[in-house]
Amino acid sequence: MRPKLTVRNLYKIFGKNTQAALELLQKGDEKAEILAQTGATVGVQDASFEVEEGEIFVVMGLSGSGKSTLVRTLNGLIEPTSGQILIDGEDVARADAASLRRIRRDKISMVFQHFALFPHWTIAENVAYGLKVRGVSRDARRERALEVLEQVGLAPWADSLPSDLSGGMQQRVGLARGLAADPDILLMDEPFGALDPLIRRDMQAELLALQKSLKKTIVFITHDLNEALLLGNRIAIMKDGRIVQIGTAQEIVMTPADDYVAAFVADIDRGRVFTADDVASDAITIQLRDTPVREALRLMEKHGSHALYVMDGKRVAGVVTYRDLAACEMDTTTPSPTIGGSMITDYPTAACDTQLHELYGPAGQGLPIAVTDDSDRLVAVIEPGDVLAHLSGDANGNGAAEPEAAVIEAAAMEKEAAHVQPG
Amino acid sequence: MFSPADIATLPFDDWVNGFVRGWLVPNFRPAFRAAQVPISAVLAWTEAFFLFVPMLVTTAAFALASWLTAGRAMAIFTLVGFAFIDMIGLWPQTMTTLAMIVTSVLFCAVVGIPTGILAARSDRAWAVIRPVLDVMQTIPSFVYLVPIVMLFGVGMAPGIIATFIFALPPIVRLTNLGIRNVRADLIEAAEAFGSTRWQMLWDVQLPLAMRTIMAGLNQTLMLALSMVVIAALIGAGGLGLVVNTGLGRMDVGGATAGGVGIVILAIVLDRITQGLAERSDIRGISLRQALANLFRLRGTAPAAETQRAA
Repeated sequence: MRPKLTVRNLYKIFGKNTQAALELLQKGDEKAEILAQTGATVGVQDASFEVEEGEIFVVMGLSGSGKSTLVRTLNGLIEPTSGQILIDGEDVARADAASLRRIRRDKISMVFQHFALFPHWTIAENVAYGLKVRGVSRDARRERALEVLEQVGLAPWADSLPSDLSGGMQQRVGLARGLAADPDILLMDEPFGALDPLIRRDMQAELLALQKSLKKTIVFITHDLNEALLLGNRIAIMKDGRIVQIGTAQEIVMTPADDYVAAFVADIDRGRVFTADDVASDAITIQLRDTPVREALRLMEKHGSHALYVMDGKRVAGVVTYRDLAACEMDTTTPSPTIGGSMITDYPTAACDTQLHELYGPAGQGLPIAVTDDSDRLVAVIEPGDVLAHLSGDANGNGAAEPEAAVIEAAAMEKEAAHVQPG
Repeated sequence: MFSPADIATLPFDDWVNGFVRGWLVPNFRPAFRAAQVPISAVLAWTEAFFLFVPMLVTTAAFALASWLTAGRAMAIFTLVGFAFIDMIGLWPQTMTTLAMIVTSVLFCAVVGIPTGILAARSDRAWAVIRPVLDVMQTIPSFVYLVPIVMLFGVGMAPGIIATFIFALPPIVRLTNLGIRNVRADLIEAAEAFGSTRWQMLWDVQLPLAMRTIMAGLNQTLMLALSMVVIAALIGAGGLGLVVNTGLGRMDVGGATAGGVGIVILAIVLDRITQGLAERSDIRGISLRQALANLFRLRGTAPAAETQRAA
């Protein structure tokens, strides 16, 4: 995918001596020093990133980190001191007033923290504002406004006033207003920051659901790391006007770039960041048929595992545990027992993108969790212990995800394919 | 004791006399005369209109307006008050005064609202306009009566010009204030959707400032009414003339009758315009809030505003 929005070496300095401050800044002086020397405040320094088409790019930072300034430079509400902002190859930083207006009308729209709905207009009129500015006729505006309101579930309120709506509903109107003009890029400046936690969760889910069909390029500003990790395809973390790390949620939590980011992610709910994919290991399987118990026990001993998935052709038939099989072996009443007899068919499953926090329950059963793909084929398994190891953050140390172990296991699996087909 | 006057005395009054009599009047009198033509025309038309419409029709119209904007009690007051004016024989004078007021307020609005908009959109313009308004509001009106007579002569039109100078500042100030107090996040939103400055003015700023602008119009109207008597000194007619004549003849009754007429007219016009400001379907910030913002430190206002919105 090609980048929709490219930002290169963007600086924004507030105050009078911006050029002097810029030079000091590029020499490597600190923000506080520059304020003391020139009286200029550094808003954003040396920000560079690319946002790909259809991606949610989250900019996360605490208040004063420059994230709101950064997002406002993207549509020219704040003119950057230096740097480039390319939207489809056109530089917003150097656009004149007329082309800025054109870009804002056609390509980029914005959703605000405090909604910023026009109090003297109805919901439908608010939603249609971007179209009104463009000069679209009244009827066409109304039609499009109702269409978008339908999408956000507010069509019945089209003729109410903003003051009649609750905060969450008002922000849906804000979102609808942003979408009505069908822009390529949607800037969202802490859109859910002013909402109650419960409503915020609903709105986050709704945004993700909408995005599935809309596929807009979204730049989302937040001060809430949980929100960033939930929504962002990629996340940029800002501190003192500088972007300190850009990466996916998993990258940021697994390998924080510095102590600042590390401190941030320290108390994050890892169960909501990582998915089954992150902890899964290659599956060791055995074919059902009439495989003797001893065969299965030997395989488990070889891999040091305590359970095995049993396949019936290409389908998963069930799971056998070392303990059950060992007991079966001891029981001398049945000579040469097969694994079929002690197979557990009620095994736990997960999809690749199932979040870890949903696996706590299945992991509690003590059986490895089967990770299956869309067509129900077994692609990997998750050892219950790995789920917890990953949550505590030392997954790199001793989990089954250790690269070396994985290689060995993969090799073992290949061998096993030949080896487990008893004649 | 030493005083600066020992060094030099400045013949300031002579300078002003020289400037006005020696230069302004001889050179520009025709220009000023020409400038009052539109005022005279509008005034003549409105006065003719108010004098032509029968008393009962005018009264009914005002009572209806009062009823719609200020309620039933005010409508009854209007009926009784106007009937009283008619019965004390001052109806034609009241209509002349009404025509003067309407003309002055019209010109104040036509000049004042655009000036206020200009002041709101440019700090530089406001830096120039503000001291001018300060002077207009503090200078005693008798001071400019004389040059007005010299430049424009006597009569109704010069009276309206004096009223205009006296009554203009509130509408300029409150238009400026109303527009500047439109919530910053709404301005930002309008900008983010690519509106031009004109679109922003028409769609967002003026509608949201309308309440404050209407309050300014009400203030201007009241000031214009209070100039009625003073304008009569330079030849304007109407109720002001009745009061002045009473004053000159030590005729307490006559002066009181004229005064009561002015008071009744003032109450009716005030309530109607106030009602208009309240009823105008604008959910912008209230005048009280606007004034509160005015006295708050610069820069803190938008934050407070947005919090209110949340």
